[in-house]
Amino acid sequence: MNDDIALRTDDLEVTYTGNREVTALDGVSTEFAENKLTAIIGPSGCGKSTMLKALNRLHEIQPNAEITGEVYLGDEGIYDTDDPLPEIRRRVGYVPQTPTALPLSIYNNVAYGAKLHGDYSSDELDDLVESYLRKVNLWDEVKDRLDDPGAELSTGQIQRLCLARSLAVEPEVLLCDEVTSALDPISAEQVEETLEDLKEEYTIIMVTHSMDQAKRLADDVIFLYLGELVEANDTRSFFEDPQHERTQEFVKGHTAIDYDDEPDEENVTDEQPVATR
Amino acid sequence: MDRYTEQRLFGLLARASAALILAVLVMVVGVTLWRGGRVFITDPAVMVTAPGSRYMLDGGGGFLHAVLGSIFIVVPATVVASILAISTAIFLQSDYSSERTSDVINMFLNVLWGTPPIVYGVFVLTIIIAAGAQTSLIFGTVAIAIFQYPIMTRYADEALRAAPDTVKEASYGLGATRFETARITVRAALPGVIAGIIMGFARGIGDAATVLFTAGRSTQMPGGPFDPATTLPILIFEQAASFNAEVRSHAYAASFVLIVAVLALVLASKLLAGRFARFAPGGRHS
Ligand SMILES: Nc1ncnc2c1ncn2[C@@H]1O[C@H](COP(=O)(O)OP(=O)(O)O)[C@@H](O)[C@H]1O
Ligand SMILES: [Mg+2]
Repeated sequence: MNDDIALRTDDLEVTYTGNREVTALDGVSTEFAENKLTAIIGPSGCGKSTMLKALNRLHEIQPNAEITGEVYLGDEGIYDTDDPLPEIRRRVGYVPQTPTALPLSIYNNVAYGAKLHGDYSSDELDDLVESYLRKVNLWDEVKDRLDDPGAELSTGQIQRLCLARSLAVEPEVLLCDEVTSALDPISAEQVEETLEDLKEEYTIIMVTHSMDQAKRLADDVIFLYLGELVEANDTRSFFEDPQHERTQEFVKGHTAIDYDDEPDEENVTDEQPVATR
Repeated sequence: MDRYTEQRLFGLLARASAALILAVLVMVVGVTLWRGGRVFITDPAVMVTAPGSRYMLDGGGGFLHAVLGSIFIVVPATVVASILAISTAIFLQSDYSSERTSDVINMFLNVLWGTPPIVYGVFVLTIIIAAGAQTSLIFGTVAIAIFQYPIMTRYADEALRAAPDTVKEASYGLGATRFETARITVRAALPGVIAGIIMGFARGIGDAATVLFTAGRSTQMPGGPFDPATTLPILIFEQAASFNAEVRSHAYAASFVLIVAVLALVLASKLLAGRFARFAPGGRHS
């Protein structure tokens, strides 16, 4: 990987304290290339969401999370910094796993973050809302109902609204946590298409537990297992020539629908796209 | 007893208790509306006329003083209590307090909620005496606000807790500050928060014990915040105990005003909550 590096982690370790102490991320050092889409894959509970949140300090809203190590955004550390936390989170955007509209109109969902960070005239705001809704291929569906509650859109539309909302604060990096896992197959495809368009312009880091999705969308893949980084490579090499034994098993378990091959039970169920509602 | 008899029996019991409660409610509301409505129709002026100098004895004039007293005591109290309650409820969330702190505060709030309102009345009375002041409208407001505060806080706290974490996460993820996130979370929880405010208002407007020692049982128009005043529930008690039949009939008219006010409030809260529920995450689905 000889691309420009947008984000780099150095010995990142996250522990959840409490009755049962869990080390969710155990010393991960890796790099994320600029204007590429990197997929973080691995079975459930292996620390993917934790890793993502550590990249913009979002886990700090959990009172019991402790972190050591550093994340570099360009050359600056995001933990050892004088910048206010909200500014860091603006620069590294986050789209949550559950499609959630803010309790605002469709228009204000997109404008919300932008209004927090900048002064816009109402004309500028109109333009901004339109351009980001277009960017996520949602404009044509909602242009006549911008004042309706965001929550009244379909789940798939809400997820694209979330993308638009995150992009509207002009982040340098976009974190997406299993953004299609709560969607029906058609909506999931639309979100994937949107991500496909976006990765030309943005550094995207996407958690997924669908191998196929990683193959379709990702330029690079990072494989986490029980909080440790097992393997990181470009997508092609990762799937065609996995270096580690664990990766080989994981990749096989997902690609071949050959149940004699003793696939990891959890992974097989995870692989099915789940349609909700 | 076999399972099916058991089921039938329980179904019967459930229906009977629902019917009983409903019947009692219909009677209470019905009698008040009927007897109060009659006064209201024959002599609507009693509600907007100041009391005569011997109102309790001869029913001369009306009871505008108590209607105004209720409004001027309970509305400001509700405003003050809701601001305090929402702020406290925000403070109780995990962004500001540890679980331990919020547990302890919640326990206190439960105790406060369970405290009989007369205790607040006596408490504020102590302050009045210590300050060498007299019972007046403003102290009624203070007592009612103290009484409403734990009710509203518990409602707001529950509503904020029930708001999906993802709203918080999304807001922080966009680079919102803790305060900005609190504001958007309150919006997400607005139906529940409003329900709490309305509930506090309804309880406040219906309570007599808090006002008795603090604002008093004045039978004159309140002139300002430091004048003695009274509210409808106290008026109703005094009217109902009057020797004069006309004054006693006014008790129904005053009850009528109270019940209509509470009904209107409940309706308003339904409408408001419905409006905001559309915006709440998962709105139309819930
Ligand atoms: N707030 C929390 N408190 C305690 N443990 C947590 C918390 N969040 C996640 N964990 C634990 O950390 C591990 C990693 O979780 P997560 O990052 O959500 O995994 P993934 O996204 O890969 O499914 C899991 O074992 C999970 O139970
Ligand atoms: Mg996860």
